Amino acid sequence: MDLSSINPLVLLASIMVASTPILLAALGEMVTEKSGVLNLGVEGMMITGAVCGFVIAVETGSPLLGFVGAALGGAVLSLLFGLLTQYLLSNQVASGLALTLFGLGLSALLGQKYIGIKAPPTTDFDVPLLADIPVLGPILFRHDMMVYFSIALVALVWAVLKFTRAGLILRAVGENHDAAHALGYKVVRIRMAAIAFGGALAGLGGAYISLIRVPQWTEGMTAGAGWIALAIVVFASWRPWRVLLGAYLFGGVTVLQLNLQAAGVNIPVVYLSMLPYLVTILVLVIMSAKRGRAALGAPAALGRIFHASG
Amino acid sequence: MNEQLLIVDRLTKAYPGVVANDAVSFGVAPGEVHALLGENGAGKSTLVKMIYGLVRPDSGTMTWKGAPYEPGSPHDARKTGIAMVFQHFSLFEALNVAENVALGMEDPPPMGQLAARIREVSTRYGLPLDPVRLVGELSAGERQRVEIIRCLLQDPKLLIMDEPTSVLTPQEVEILFETLRKLSAEGTAILYISHKLEEIRSLCDAATILRLGKVVGTCDPREKSARELAELMVGQTLHTPTRESADVGDVVLDIDGLSLESANPFGTPLKNINLKVRAGEVVGIGGVAGNGQDELLAALSGELPSHPTAIRLRGQDVGDLGPNPRRALGLLAAPEERLGHAAAPDMSLTENAALTGTIREHLADNGFIKWGKARTFAQAIIRDFDVRTPGPENVARSLSGGNLQKFVIGREVLQRPDVLVVNQPTWGVDASAAADIRQALLDLAAKGAAVICISQDLDELMEISDRFAALNEGRLSETRPARELSIEEIGLMMGGAHGMEVAHVQA
Repeated sequence: MDLSSINPLVLLASIMVASTPILLAALGEMVTEKSGVLNLGVEGMMITGAVCGFVIAVETGSPLLGFVGAALGGAVLSLLFGLLTQYLLSNQVASGLALTLFGLGLSALLGQKYIGIKAPPTTDFDVPLLADIPVLGPILFRHDMMVYFSIALVALVWAVLKFTRAGLILRAVGENHDAAHALGYKVVRIRMAAIAFGGALAGLGGAYISLIRVPQWTEGMTAGAGWIALAIVVFASWRPWRVLLGAYLFGGVTVLQLNLQAAGVNIPVVYLSMLPYLVTILVLVIMSAKRGRAALGAPAALGRIFHASG
Repeated sequence: MNEQLLIVDRLTKAYPGVVANDAVSFGVAPGEVHALLGENGAGKSTLVKMIYGLVRPDSGTMTWKGAPYEPGSPHDARKTGIAMVFQHFSLFEALNVAENVALGMEDPPPMGQLAARIREVSTRYGLPLDPVRLVGELSAGERQRVEIIRCLLQDPKLLIMDEPTSVLTPQEVEILFETLRKLSAEGTAILYISHKLEEIRSLCDAATILRLGKVVGTCDPREKSARELAELMVGQTLHTPTRESADVGDVVLDIDGLSLESANPFGTPLKNINLKVRAGEVVGIGGVAGNGQDELLAALSGELPSHPTAIRLRGQDVGDLGPNPRRALGLLAAPEERLGHAAAPDMSLTENAALTGTIREHLADNGFIKWGKARTFAQAIIRDFDVRTPGPENVARSLSGGNLQKFVIGREVLQRPDVLVVNQPTWGVDASAAADIRQALLDLAAKGAAVICISQDLDELMEISDRFAALNEGRLSETRPARELSIEEIGLMMGGAHGMEVAHVQA
């Protein structure tokens, strides 16, 4: 065991990279849930985004186009979920689970010919001046654009939800769809938009794994990140900045366990791999132990089927 | 009256299996307070939803100030100058007052300005409101104010109010009426939906009466008696429940210092409730919605366990028992919400009968349900309580509100309870079914059971109660003999005007 082989600077810097996929997916899911829709298909949308992004990036040679394709792929898949739950009024939990299974299968099919290929490289973007700050520079300001984009998106989602009329309407729909309908808001349309947004961000998160973090395509490579994103939304009690905190906390534990493994800590690998999930469960238990508090944060219409009664 | 503000001409709207509105015509003049009268299911709500743009008529036309008016959505209606206060609040509990108001406006000003305007207008009309409070923390009366202020801020020419007083104390109703009279004097027309006839007689200038989707008459409500109006609405003479005087026996149910947190984050905790109920009497518990009624029912039925000694049934501690042990001992309950609480919507009447009747009617044997016996029990309920349904295999959801309510109450009454607790037994039920249900409760008491009737309908409570108490913010008042009480005293027991003041505007 040699803990000194862990370089704290590299560790901290890699936390941001490890956290970005779950941050993107969790942020999208939070918006979907704010509109009152529970889409459990995050994992399926992430893996679909991962494969779409990878295929397009390889074929065009442009990681940027890959990300665009990943967002589109995730959004299209989520709209399938939207069609089922919003127009055909099927159960959201069952549809979401089915979406995950469908996404896993679909991505395996699409990605068959791309196993073992390397993705076109993305360049890191060093923030001018700031990147040269000692210690902080390498940790915070020498990353690829998607890392900065994801953080900017957190701020944007927060501002839209808090300060704009569109955000107010979105929250209202998630709170009481009958009242929103009575006031003349198009509940189903607003929810479809929120679902598509969630799907697009999940797709981006998936593509971040296949294009930057790994970067190649393997079947099932999201490895449960979608489920963790779902847990983080609850952990964050549906607040954007807490989603950021939750995602980084989780990313931190993941990176730490990888480093501990590499350092040869004398604990069986399976326990270390378990660590992030155990922490997630623990956090969820602690959060929900304070009954009512967490419940207060949840959109009241979450998961309920809306049917306009005329 | 030839310069009508809104003319509705032969509006028709049909839903599968029912014509909700059949060629309905009427007109409203500026400044007129016009009542729409009718029983539940007469088509009042559908009619105003068409005016407000929520529902499109199948045929017929509307004219607004002489021009054709065809609202495609509530946004169109609001732009035209029509505002509506909904029967079931169109409010969002987790949002604050200002946000709720903004959601009901077309072009709301920025939040800061809006908050100032809410303060100003609400004080002017005597309905004080704090714009930054969460709606979930407000009382039912205050929520009503939010709805009304939201409408007033848009300067409506026509204000539609769908059963606005069902959640107000008599004092609050009086203040609301003052506000409405001021508005009408300023030229705002008001379309007022209610089935409370005395209110309509004191407030409205004209009335259109609907029955089964058709206009059956128009009148000046001030020239008719409440009974005449009721018979126009129902289309038949009304039967008033009667009771035989029974001897009141020993205390069967003793609630002693019951305090309980609510299971709902926006609910009302119960605070030190004391009540003794004797065999053979009906105790009426009034109060504005949201003052602890649901919690009290849950505490008595056993859904919310409390301290063992807080509730005693014939001297035995039952506070910590669940619903089934309490049923076995003779304490039965029928909650307010028919679909989803009192009955499982997609299960048959037989299954629903078995759900609460298994223990007292011995419908199960070693864990196996005796379906034949359960079916017989369901049939007995259907027969004795005149439930209109093709048979016990129909699902609960397929019954009309009144019929399902008769079933739900009948199911408990037929189990011969020693104590029956009901919450809103006739809510949303037509007049004749309501009379049947009240009669059944009185008959049950005459046979020696104790009945606790929680209700927001004061007329109902006055009709059937021996003693009356009011819930206000989770506290129960002293009980008083119902016969000695005036409406004014009842209002004070319910908490008076809750800080409302008479409107300060000049007429």
